[in-house]
Order: sequence, then structure tokens, then C-alpha cells
Amino acid sequence: MLTPLDFLHDLVNPMLTFLPKALVVSMVAALVCGVIGSHVVLRGMTFIGDAVAHSVFPGIAVAFVLQGSLVVGGIVAGVATAVLIALFSQTKRLREDSVIGVFFVAAFALGIVIISLSPGYAGSLTSFLFGSITGIPDEAVAFTVVMAVGVLGVAALFHKELVVVSLDREYARSLGMNVLLLDIVLYVLVTLAVVMSIQTIGNVLVLALLVTPATAARMLTDRLVPMMATAAGIGAGSAFVGLYLSWALDVPTGGTIVLVCTVAFLLAWAFGPRHGLLRARGGGQPSWRMTKPNSALLGQS
Amino acid sequence: MSEALAVRGLGVALGGRPVLHDVDLQLPAGGVHGLLGPNGAGKTTLFRSIMRLIPIHAGSISTPGGVGYVPQRHDVMWDFPITAQEVVLTGLTRDIGLFRRPRRAHVQSVADALARVRMTDLRSRPITEMSGGQRQRVMIARALARRPQLLLLDEPFTGLDMPTQELLTGLFRQLADEGTTLLMSTHDLTHAIVACDGLTLLNRTVVATGHPGELRSPKLWMDTFDVSEHSPLLRQVGMVHRATSLHQHPHADYEEQAC
Repeated sequence: MLTPLDFLHDLVNPMLTFLPKALVVSMVAALVCGVIGSHVVLRGMTFIGDAVAHSVFPGIAVAFVLQGSLVVGGIVAGVATAVLIALFSQTKRLREDSVIGVFFVAAFALGIVIISLSPGYAGSLTSFLFGSITGIPDEAVAFTVVMAVGVLGVAALFHKELVVVSLDREYARSLGMNVLLLDIVLYVLVTLAVVMSIQTIGNVLVLALLVTPATAARMLTDRLVPMMATAAGIGAGSAFVGLYLSWALDVPTGGTIVLVCTVAFLLAWAFGPRHGLLRARGGGQPSWRMTKPNSALLGQS
Repeated sequence: MSEALAVRGLGVALGGRPVLHDVDLQLPAGGVHGLLGPNGAGKTTLFRSIMRLIPIHAGSISTPGGVGYVPQRHDVMWDFPITAQEVVLTGLTRDIGLFRRPRRAHVQSVADALARVRMTDLRSRPITEMSGGQRQRVMIARALARRPQLLLLDEPFTGLDMPTQELLTGLFRQLADEGTTLLMSTHDLTHAIVACDGLTLLNRTVVATGHPGELRSPKLWMDTFDVSEHSPLLRQVGMVHRATSLHQHPHADYEEQAC
């Protein structure tokens, strides 16, 4: 098997320029997903993250058919869905999870139909769904880095407000805060994190980058900012190790990165210093408390 | 005396259905006031309209000294990785301003609010590791951070054991003595009669309001809670009234403090 040292050699091999590009894009995307995913996990809005991830697909399909920018197509479709979900989730009339279920499967179906209009779509479909490390253009690397700075910047600027809304929506409203606008901000950030990740991880597995590192980080800390930093670290580290293993073993990159994330989560779950399984056995805090869904967020707003 | 809350002729409809009509309620500065009524009487709706969370279609509400809100505990995401003092700081989000960090005055307000609810020692503890009573005190501190004259508490005692309720009652008393007006909804009639300076019986509108000792007529309670004269509720209210008056007669001067 290829050793880590060989992998480092391959990274600087001029014949394999796609490899460092894939590494940068994967790691930056995973880092951003770790930070934004912390909000997703804490709000119990994993399903919304899933919906946004899937709804990006028709936009990418349209862009592919029209030979336009896949990233822009994905952003347009994702943001449109994010705004729709935010609007629908402000009323109590419809069960939010049902609405999301309707929307995102429809969006995904639309994407499949659109992309089938393009000749020779099967190969492209596979790379959209499961990711690909080849064929990332130089400008996509630069774009990913710029977008990461933008997403993290906006998340930092609205951090205080996002925390208030996550903690207690009703109270945020009573302070006179614009909860709908803040929801849209967060959903758009989720969309951008998803679009950044689709290239290497693929549409089907992108949810794992949002949820798994953040969930693992939650087992390790009781503070939000350290949780975000830990999640970013777990995500970026998993991307590095995952890319190495997929390169060494010749297996799909997206799947390998997600599996490495999952191993990180299992380790955190078992050995977490405060909430870990072993610690809980020893009379500490039960480790399953954090996964309780937030009823105040889902449907009661 | 200045009023902490003045509600006049309030009417509220939710989804086209009238929930409150002709509600009049004036509270003076200082004191603990209980809001009693059956489920669906409009207690939370009254609070939400005072907080301007829902539109009102008739009447007026004024809170000249500011108002702090302590919603029901289940509205808060207690799994959130955040410490007590950070939660209290969220009460000042609007005062701090968008894209800005808390300044010295805000930090001081947080420290003062935590001190008032006797939570200074636990200020750095994550809320996940707190008991129900401690969480309730954190929420009260969050509301107090803006130094409002009026505090709305939506069922603060629900789910708390007796010692914790007693502790909170002491805290409410102390806040009231410092000049804050507390309006709390509760289903615990005994507790309300014993611990409140004033009571309001609400069912879509104000059925009666006054000192607990003035609300002895069973008819008021029957009308408010929609029960017959054989209801255990009336017996409970009557027994509490008898017990408090027996207790208070030999100590007439103690009455003011006890209630």
C-alpha cells in the first residue's frame, strides 16, 4: 500500500496536479462545513441541511446542461430552497418536516430529469452524486478559498445573533430580532458550505460533512466556539486522511472521507472526556442527551 | 404610584379566533402578581401580546419601565453548549448591536443580574449541567439584564420540586422588594394564594383581580375555571384561604411580608 510519505510525494508530483487541488478543496470545504455544521447540529436542523444539500442538485444539473458554472447553479437553487424552507417554517399551519420532505425529493427528482436531457449524462451524474477528485479547474480552487473566507466571515459577524435564535427563538423574537432574516442567513450559509463540498464529496454524502464532525465535536466540549474549531479540525483532518486512503487504496474519495469522519465520531463518542460512553459508564453525564431534537425549532415557531 | 403595567381594553385574536377580549390589568411598581386560569384561558397569549410578539386588535398596552420575559422552560434549547453568563448576555443582544462585541457596561449588567438571582458562583457552568431551578434562575437573570421594571414569568414553577419552588419564591419576594413587578402565570393555586401580593383570574377576560384575601367567593373560581360547586379546586382554594387567615390573624403585621 502507498505510504503517507509516497502520498506527500504524489501531492507535489507535476503529473498529478489534480491531487493537491482536490486536497485543498476537500479540506477547506470540510473546515467550513465543521463550523456551519455546528449550528446545524445544535439547532437539530439536520433534516434542513439534508434538504438544502439535495435541492442544490437541480441547479447544478441546469448549469451542466447549459454549460454554465456549476457552483453558481448550485447556489441559486440552494438559496431558493433555503428561503422557501425559512418562509414555510415561520408558520405553524404545515408540519415543517413534511414540507421539507416534499420539496427536497422533488428538487432531487427535477435534477435527475434535467441532467438526463444532456447526452452522456451517466458519468456526470455519478461524479455529482458521489464526488470526484479529478477535473477541478484552477479557478474552482481559488473560488472555494474565497467563498470559505466569505462564509466564515458572515458566520462570525452574525454569530451572536445566530446563538440567540438557536438557544431560544421565542426570546429572540421578544427582543425584537428579525428571526426570519437570521434563519435565511444561516440557511444560505449552509447552502454555500454544501456547494463548496459537492465537488469532491458528492451530493449524496455532503450531509456527513455538516453533521458528523460537529456531532463528534459536541462530545468533546461544552463551549460553542471550541466546538466549531474542533469540528473544523475533525473535518479537515478527515478530508486529508480520507483523500490519502482513497488514493492509496484506489477507492472513492467522498465515501472514504465520510468513513474517516465517522471513525472520528465513534472515537469521540466512546472516549469523549465529558460526555463519552466510557465516562458515562463511570457515573458521568449520560452521553445521549445532546441528540434530543429541538421541538421549539421544528414546527413550533 | 407609577404603574409597571397598564393593559386597557385589550383584544387579541389568533388565526381569526378571539382569544382575549376587554382585558384590563394595571399593576403598580413592586410586588408579585399571580395570573391564574385554566388551559386556553389566554395567559401565554396575554404575555405574548405584552411582549409585542403577536398583534393586538383592540386596546392598549403600556410598560413604561420596560419589560423582561421569562418564557416557559421548554422553549429553551438546554442542550446548547453555553454557560450561564453567556445566556444572560444574550438578553442584551439588541443593546450590544449588530456586528459589535459586548462592552464594559454590558458585562457589568450581566454580573449584576447573576448576582440578583444568586448565580454568581455558577456563572461559568454550562447550562446542560444545571438543575431545573438553576436554569430558571438563569432565565430570570437573562430577563433582568436590561433592568426592566416588569418581569413576566410563564409558569415558572412547572416541573420543579418543592424546595426549588420555595427558593424561587424567596427570589421573587426579594426582586419585588427591590421594586420589580413580577407577573407570573401558574397552575399552582395554593402557591399563588400564599405567595402573591395580588391575583388575577383570567378566562378570555379578567374575571377578578385583587389581593388573594379578597378573592374568596367560590363563584369567581367556578366562573374562571369552569367547574361546578363540587370541584376539588374550590375545596383547595377554601382550605388555603382558611389556613392563611388562621395563620395571619395572630400576626397581622406579618401579613404584608408573607404575601
